[in-house]
Amino acid sequence: MDAFIELRGVRKAWNEGLPNQFWAVDGIDLDLARGCVTLLTGPSGSGKTTLLTLLGALSRPTEGRVRLAGEDVSSLPERFLTERRRHNFGFVFQQFNLIRGLSVLENVMLPAYPLAPPHGELRARALQLLRELGLEHRSEARVEWLSGGEAQRAAIARALINDPPVIIADEPTANLDTHLSMAFLAIVERLKAQGRTVILSSHDALVSEAPVVDRIVSLRDGKVVG
Amino acid sequence: MRHWIARQRYLIDYTVAALARRKAKNAGLLAVYTALVFLVASVLLYSHALKREAAYLLQAAPEVVVQKLTAGRHDLVPASYIEKLRDIRGVRSVEGRLWGYYFDPLVAANFTVMAPSDRALPAGSIAIGEGIARTRGAAEGDVMAVRGYDGALILLRVAEVLPQSANIVTSDLLLMGETDFQALFGIRPGHYTDVTLSVAHPREVRKVAEKVVLLLPDTRPVLREEVLRTYEAVFDWREGIVLTLLVGAGLAFAILAWEKASGLSADERREIGVLKAVGWETGDVLKMKLWEGALVSGFAFLAGFTLAYWHVFTFSAPLFAPVLKGWSVLYPDFSLTPAVDGLQLASLFLFTVVPYIAATLIPVWRAAVTDPDTVMR
Amino acid sequence: MHIRKIRFSTVTLGLLSLLLLAFTLVLLSATDATGPDWAANRQWVSDLGLSDLCLATEARYTRHLSLADAHAPFQDHPMALEHFPTGAIFNPPPHLTSHAPLDR
Repeated sequence: MDAFIELRGVRKAWNEGLPNQFWAVDGIDLDLARGCVTLLTGPSGSGKTTLLTLLGALSRPTEGRVRLAGEDVSSLPERFLTERRRHNFGFVFQQFNLIRGLSVLENVMLPAYPLAPPHGELRARALQLLRELGLEHRSEARVEWLSGGEAQRAAIARALINDPPVIIADEPTANLDTHLSMAFLAIVERLKAQGRTVILSSHDALVSEAPVVDRIVSLRDGKVVG
Repeated sequence: MRHWIARQRYLIDYTVAALARRKAKNAGLLAVYTALVFLVASVLLYSHALKREAAYLLQAAPEVVVQKLTAGRHDLVPASYIEKLRDIRGVRSVEGRLWGYYFDPLVAANFTVMAPSDRALPAGSIAIGEGIARTRGAAEGDVMAVRGYDGALILLRVAEVLPQSANIVTSDLLLMGETDFQALFGIRPGHYTDVTLSVAHPREVRKVAEKVVLLLPDTRPVLREEVLRTYEAVFDWREGIVLTLLVGAGLAFAILAWEKASGLSADERREIGVLKAVGWETGDVLKMKLWEGALVSGFAFLAGFTLAYWHVFTFSAPLFAPVLKGWSVLYPDFSLTPAVDGLQLASLFLFTVVPYIAATLIPVWRAAVTDPDTVMR
Repeated sequence: MHIRKIRFSTVTLGLLSLLLLAFTLVLLSATDATGPDWAANRQWVSDLGLSDLCLATEARYTRHLSLADAHAPFQDHPMALEHFPTGAIFNPPPHLTSHAPLDR
């Protein structure tokens, strides 16, 4: 299986050029295959989240190369990077980052707005996703009324609205109890069954021991240790 | 094209949904904004219409009015002056005017009394403007009592009430015959309030006026072009007063809009980060905010201007008329002919809509060009 | 379940088009033509030899703007708004506002 995302000698500096500059990601070579569930693990501050932003084309490396489906995206201008991100990645953030004041349905439809599909079609697709995630009855509710588990499922639906091949989730179980964490892993299994690539970051033993995870990448101080 | 429209509609969907989150605050802002446009537009429309009408009507005013000054105050012009003026080359005709003011204690208002030369009113009968008829409650055939200079009561019969449509020029006029006028004010025959000249060639008016001053140094000629200029200037002054009062309101609104638009809260920054992370381009975020600014200011501008138009031309500007027309006991009651000055409209648009859009857009632009990975931190 | 059937953009653009329509009608009705009474009124101006419009009758210098002195220092009516800013600060003396028999 050829690699879908390739990292070569990737480094990412924070506070670049300042006295307190440090390397959050410090020289990583990594190949991620299509359709695999990969878990990034390591203590907090080990660079998991930064690596996720690099893998998901949310940020560009300070040094090194990031290749997405064979194309070097590490020096793409912002516009084109956004375009690649839109088509390839769906994000589930740790804090979910749903837009407050809007309904669940509006939040789910949001990533598709710039693509401007027919409204009825988009709405039907969003409702379908919510139905699959058991959240259809909450579609008109404002997102701040949702429980933690519901908010996560809304965030997953939003990540899936543009049907991206890769789903990236940052600390997905950090705000959930055991029962809801299991439910999340069940969803990951379904995503995998649909042929999607899933990249998780977590230091939760429940996740690292889950059978759905194909590969575990351990990080420490911005380097891969195992 | 259809794709473009669909995209803009989604952006509008989002921006309106975002505005609807703080309904009371944003509705309040919109109301204040609309009110500001309404007030400024009312002033501009009103004074523009008035200036236009004045400029048209006063084209028929006398080309030169000659006043006599004694110790810096107006004085009566003796008939001998008229003869001297008649001899000036270029003067076609000279006419002495008899007019003055009468303070009516009954209604505490000033009337303009005139003895017109174009109509012969028989002794004891008068024609009155609609304003006088309204204030005094007088109609055709009624008898009006006025007190003469010597305290004697003079009874005058109203022979005619001037049409209401002529209010803008005749509202407070009390027209009477020359003899009645002289008896009322104790003016000896052969004396006039002032003198009007008609000049053969328009280009000679200024030269004639210069000759008048040379010939009769105690007189002051008033030219029609000066009259027209006076009207421009006076309305500019009144407009200025009202606009000055509105500056306070304008500044208050500017602070409000600035606070609302530029004070990008951490929440809003985060929101922009989220939009970018889920696949919106910087351009999409900016367009969305542009729509917000354009919709809010577009609404305020269109609604404010349309309301102002109705206020001024359908309801005769009840809010401003006292300041713009001046204060009176006897309000001349007239309605203006609707007119809109394109330049005025454009500058109103420029000064109300553009700053608002800029105030919404600039801070967002600064936030939107940052990397989207901030939402992960 | 409550479903919002009408999109925000539909409502907004609909309202905006209505406003735009009203605005356009307003602009169209503001023809730059002369008013219906203008010609007749100009005749009055010319017949009577008038030099001013009758807009306000509170003072000589507002009734006959064009014939006013360079600086008309006095008011014709004590309640009038004044050209000079002091008028906004000082009230007219009470004997002027009570309509005594001396009022003329």
